[in-house]
Amino acid sequence: MLNRRTALLSGLAMPALLRTASAQSDGPIRIGMTQPLTGAVAASGNYVANGAKIAVEVLNRAGGVMGRPLELILEDNKSNPREAVAAAEKLVLRDRVPVLIGAWSSTFTLSIMPKLLEYRVPMVVETSSAERITTSGNPWVFRIAPTSAMEAAAFRELLGKFDPPIRRIDFLSVNNDFGRGATEKFSAALGGAGIAIGRSETMTPEATDLSAQLTALKQSDGDTVFLTTGVEQQTLMLRQAVEQRLGKRIVTTGGSFPDALLANPLPPGNASFHILFYAPWFPERAPYPQIAETYTAEWNRKGWEFAGLTEGFRGYDAVLTVAEAIRLAGRAEGEAIREALWRVDIHGVNGDIRFVKEGPAGRESGQNRPNVSIIRLAEGRTSLL
Amino acid sequence: MDQALQHLVNGTVLGGTYALLGIGLTLIFGVMRVVNFTHGELYAFGAYMVYALVSLLGINFYLSLLLAALLGAALGAAIELLLLRPLRRADIDSVMLVMIGAALVLQNAEMWGWGGVAKLVPSPFAGTPLVVGPISVMPLRIFVLLVACALLLGFWLLLDRTRAGTAMRATFQDAEAAALMGVRVGWVNTATFAIGSGLAAAAGALLGPVFMVSPTMGDLVGLKAFAIVILGGLGNLPGAAIGGFALGYIEEFGGGYVSTEYRDAFGFLLIILVLAIRPQGLVAPRERVG
Repeated sequence: MLNRRTALLSGLAMPALLRTASAQSDGPIRIGMTQPLTGAVAASGNYVANGAKIAVEVLNRAGGVMGRPLELILEDNKSNPREAVAAAEKLVLRDRVPVLIGAWSSTFTLSIMPKLLEYRVPMVVETSSAERITTSGNPWVFRIAPTSAMEAAAFRELLGKFDPPIRRIDFLSVNNDFGRGATEKFSAALGGAGIAIGRSETMTPEATDLSAQLTALKQSDGDTVFLTTGVEQQTLMLRQAVEQRLGKRIVTTGGSFPDALLANPLPPGNASFHILFYAPWFPERAPYPQIAETYTAEWNRKGWEFAGLTEGFRGYDAVLTVAEAIRLAGRAEGEAIREALWRVDIHGVNGDIRFVKEGPAGRESGQNRPNVSIIRLAEGRTSLL
Repeated sequence: MDQALQHLVNGTVLGGTYALLGIGLTLIFGVMRVVNFTHGELYAFGAYMVYALVSLLGINFYLSLLLAALLGAALGAAIELLLLRPLRRADIDSVMLVMIGAALVLQNAEMWGWGGVAKLVPSPFAGTPLVVGPISVMPLRIFVLLVACALLLGFWLLLDRTRAGTAMRATFQDAEAAALMGVRVGWVNTATFAIGSGLAAAAGALLGPVFMVSPTMGDLVGLKAFAIVILGGLGNLPGAAIGGFALGYIEEFGGGYVSTEYRDAFGFLLIILVLAIRPQGLVAPRERVG
């Protein structure tokens, strides 16, 4: 039975979902999700999965979709592209999910994409930023996360907020599609704004000792280093940058936040900047504060790591998107959900979610245009730039 | 020049812990002819133990390091007694399969017990670096290097100056002859596996607070430990120490001056070169076969 009051209290601006609730009850509608729950980028994957779990709970409390509860089936891709493919195949073939959410890293998402074509199952991409995910001609892909180019373009608009201004930049990126893509797009966007481009260093996703990279970067005369990697390596890099006396402004890209540095802050005088897509410290500044506050309150009620909210919203928004597509489709079937995804137009934690077409004509993927904000972290405290 | 000095310091610090890892692995191979695939997981075990003792139980940091190494040794002894001793007469393939299985069980137990998210271990050392001219290094890293060197020295004294060490070296050279001379080879095997495991756990306990602690942290480290012992010569103890420092320097200077993209590859490139030129390893004397 639909509980309208609960739904409204939840802050979900989706009255249409409520109208169709309790229409039938054929058992739960399954949503498949694959995330890196273990391995090099496990922190981020767990946060995204947690966000998805609370979205499912919130929706189910409001009566589910078409009167049926949602069931999230979560598979660990172990921060490994081969495992990502195996996880997706297991979700589609054994669990019979009609729609997927995944897979955090661009490398994992790209490895799954041929399977979407093969099994004709749509996937909502919640995090991955590599350009070719939506330009390679896969009509089963719908991305709510920004591409690196979008993120770089949004950052360029905020350049005036940095004092002293950014004049020359270097890069330290994880050596995969995510890192290389960010380096390329930020070089292009900021180079176009008259900023000089310096060194570009890389690291493997498993690397823990970054002293060689940092010593090399220290030799550059750049004033700012752009860091693109997961939460764990962000934390390691920021700590080791203090050791190596890097002496440069550090900006992280990709929407991850090194939350461990809130409880274990860097020594005074060391600040870092983080490009985020949701700043949980300031839910009132989100495009739709009521939705952001509901999400934040649900998360905090679970007692989860507060800073995980910065990434957890991806899972939350992805589930809202999928639920709305299922409602619009009127049935839990892959092709119908794919067609319905083009008609999704909802409010999420990050802002509006609706898809525009990208890629070759006739085989377009869906791409959302998310919002971006910059957080300054110093001595365990955050402020919005 | 400043950059080279910084790389030298970084390589030395890294090499010290690599040497610790290599010694433990090569000791077990030398004495028992067992390829210990659980070595990386024992390293992770040591790191998790120090996290649990310091962060969850609030035990003193230095005492926690000691306890983590001892718990690692106890786990090693248990592996030897429960898994390896029943396989003493088994062929090397069976032993290798069992050890691979044990490594998988250990890693998955860590994932199950601790979750996949990496943990930070607090240490009593200052978060600001010590600076000498152009060189900077964290006090914690200096501590790690000093402890690693002390452990290496202590281990050498154990092998060279004690009856237990003599028994180990005798078993190392010829297990049957040692048994005929009254050496209790079964006990030596258990002690050897425990000490090798303890060294791996000590390396993990020392490096956990430097980096972060995660269930898969042993994967790359296990691979590097094998690289170190191959560099130094399988079963060669001084070779493992030299191989550890060699790997630390090649990674640091290769990453700094050639390309950080291939930093981890430089060590393996060096192995290919060493195997092509000196198949017995950097230090081990050439062996006659047949």
